[in-house]
Amino acid sequence: MSAATTTYEDFAAAPPAREPVLEIRNLSVEYGYDESPTRVLRDVSLTLHRGEVLGLAGESGCGKSTLAYAATRLLPPPGLITGGEVLFHDRDGGTRDILRLSDRDLRASRWQDLAIVFQGAMNSLNPVYRVGKQLVDAIQAHLPGVGKKEAYERAEHLLELVGISPDRVRSYPHQLSGGMRQRVMIAMALALEPQVLIMDEPTTALDVVMQRQIVEQIAELRERLGFSVVFITHDVSLLIEIADRIAIMYAGEIVEDANALDVYRRPRHPYANGLLHSFPPLRGERRELGGIPGSPPDLGRLPSGCPFRARCEFAFDACATVRPRLTPPAVPGDDPRRRVACLRHDPEAVAAAGFDPVPVPPELAVR
Amino acid sequence: MTAPARPRPEDAPVLQAVDLRKHFPVRGFRSNAVVHAVDDVNLELHRGRVVALVGESGSGKSTIARLLAQLMPATSGRILLHGEDATARRRRDFRAYVRRVQMIFQDPFGSLNPVHTVRYTLTRSIRIHQGALRGQQLEDALTSLLERVQLTPVERYVDKFPHELSGGQRQRVAIARALAADPEVLLADEPISMLDVSIRLGILNLLRDLRDRLHIAILYITHDIASARYFADRTMVMYAGRIVEQGDSESVTQDPKHPYTQLLVASAPDPDDLDARARGAHGEAPSLVRPPSGCRFNPRCPFANDLCRAEVPPLLPVGEGREAACWGYADRPDRPTLGSVVEEFGDRPAVDAGLLEQATGTGSEVAS
Repeated sequence: MSAATTTYEDFAAAPPAREPVLEIRNLSVEYGYDESPTRVLRDVSLTLHRGEVLGLAGESGCGKSTLAYAATRLLPPPGLITGGEVLFHDRDGGTRDILRLSDRDLRASRWQDLAIVFQGAMNSLNPVYRVGKQLVDAIQAHLPGVGKKEAYERAEHLLELVGISPDRVRSYPHQLSGGMRQRVMIAMALALEPQVLIMDEPTTALDVVMQRQIVEQIAELRERLGFSVVFITHDVSLLIEIADRIAIMYAGEIVEDANALDVYRRPRHPYANGLLHSFPPLRGERRELGGIPGSPPDLGRLPSGCPFRARCEFAFDACATVRPRLTPPAVPGDDPRRRVACLRHDPEAVAAAGFDPVPVPPELAVR
Repeated sequence: MTAPARPRPEDAPVLQAVDLRKHFPVRGFRSNAVVHAVDDVNLELHRGRVVALVGESGSGKSTIARLLAQLMPATSGRILLHGEDATARRRRDFRAYVRRVQMIFQDPFGSLNPVHTVRYTLTRSIRIHQGALRGQQLEDALTSLLERVQLTPVERYVDKFPHELSGGQRQRVAIARALAADPEVLLADEPISMLDVSIRLGILNLLRDLRDRLHIAILYITHDIASARYFADRTMVMYAGRIVEQGDSESVTQDPKHPYTQLLVASAPDPDDLDARARGAHGEAPSLVRPPSGCRFNPRCPFANDLCRAEVPPLLPVGEGREAACWGYADRPDRPTLGSVVEEFGDRPAVDAGLLEQATGTGSEVAS
């Protein structure tokens, strides 16, 4: 069982010395070049370890895709990276800052070190070329020594690897179903054996049965090839199942970063807790659910203090002025590596600002 | 109990579809092929009840909504409103029909005209459906509509343009517009799938509140079987243009009978039940231009036999108020033997090591 699934047990059994492969440090991104740009990412730090599946969850507009694009320098204008660094640690020990690579080095590094599977596979494949040609292009652009015949052979094997019949190399994208197109994108991303695979909502456009097939395929390939995955989605229940660790974003910041099962069973941030109660369960008793009242804030007019406080049932006076920072939760016995950005868990910051600390509510201190 | 002269309105279906069928012609040179989008669908909507139609994209569920809204003509079959044929052939009939059967669309960004304010959108709908209200009366009708969809305080929303509203608020305006006609039936085509996850339940709870207070019959179309369980009284599962299973939501989701429903339930992410997931399922929905003969699920079904490939299974009773279109429940000697889909598909398919080597140019030494 444990060999076939990526679960908590696998994660717990992983060696304690976790080697980082991608380190995002204090990354800030703004949209707009005028005097009042919108700050969509504010000092986001996140580390991806080797062989890990990191889930990035949040609502639309919370900056999760922006984070992925900024970290790979794919951010289209008017997006502007205004600070921070993205360190990539190579297998052989070298470290480079992706944000400061020359264009030439960046081009070589893309696909080879770090590959992306985009959200809309329908739009990412060129409709006028056969899928085989597009796979071969990617292979030959990075490995000039590979001949055409050999490249086509590899393309066929790649397709077979993701469960598509190899004779489909001669198909055009429109001849494939949505699930197959998404698989072609995954095959393409794996062509050069990247160390990091970023998947931006790879299954959102697919139905659950196909989503299940693709997710299982990714999990299997990851186990065999040993790459790390950043899986971006708004479907928290899917992430709990497939990810080792989950980072939850809200209004351009990470508000909780913890082991997947800890997020599910012991959420510490009120937003994470609310998000988990926004999905009606398929099993268990049918209970009344409310979602989260209100709607996400406008990033252009962000309130002072905690951005979530207007929707938060646990907000108190300090939340209006003090901006929460990521700290270990104030619940005894928690995994010391997990982080949460909530003033209920950070009495020191509250006291320093001259307010009276309020204890952690029982809902956010589930053991 | 006194026997009423005519059936009580509670029992009689408000809207009924009988043997509904829709085939779309395939364009092309000398082509007379058709896409079998919807075949032989029977459906009943009752007052104050929610029926969920669950299926993957392309299974024909939106086509059913459009047929019921009479936005396009059916190839064959009938639509009955209170037991009378409601096929609108003239513009006036259609207007009268639409007053009673309203639709909410998936995309609240596309279904509201961006150049008009909430006030304009809603007053137009009120004037069309409730006659020439003016002045204070119109204002009152507008206020009560916005209050009904919980967009309060009303002054804050009434003069806003769609782009000034969030997705959830826009969907509420779209619901208010449908309610302006004071309909008996609401056809909700994926009303929450374009919304942020944290506000989806708010919209579902609003619809449920409308069902309870206004006794509207609701058809809830979704691809998310968990939300069907949460919101709907009855659930119908569609596959490739046909209804494969129907029954009350709780039993359909907790004890699915049709192999496709079983696969659907076992594929949904469920952190509480990691073991019973269908990890090894394969195949995809068939082409509806040339659908497989017999049961349309037979190419993917682990239990299919010759009978499944030859004859279309009818909806067979599988419990109280429940039906499944699967030969496994027939009383025939040549029926297939059903097993557990989770057992059949329990293990994730392993990747061929040799293939891996050839595809990436490396051996399996990286795998640990």
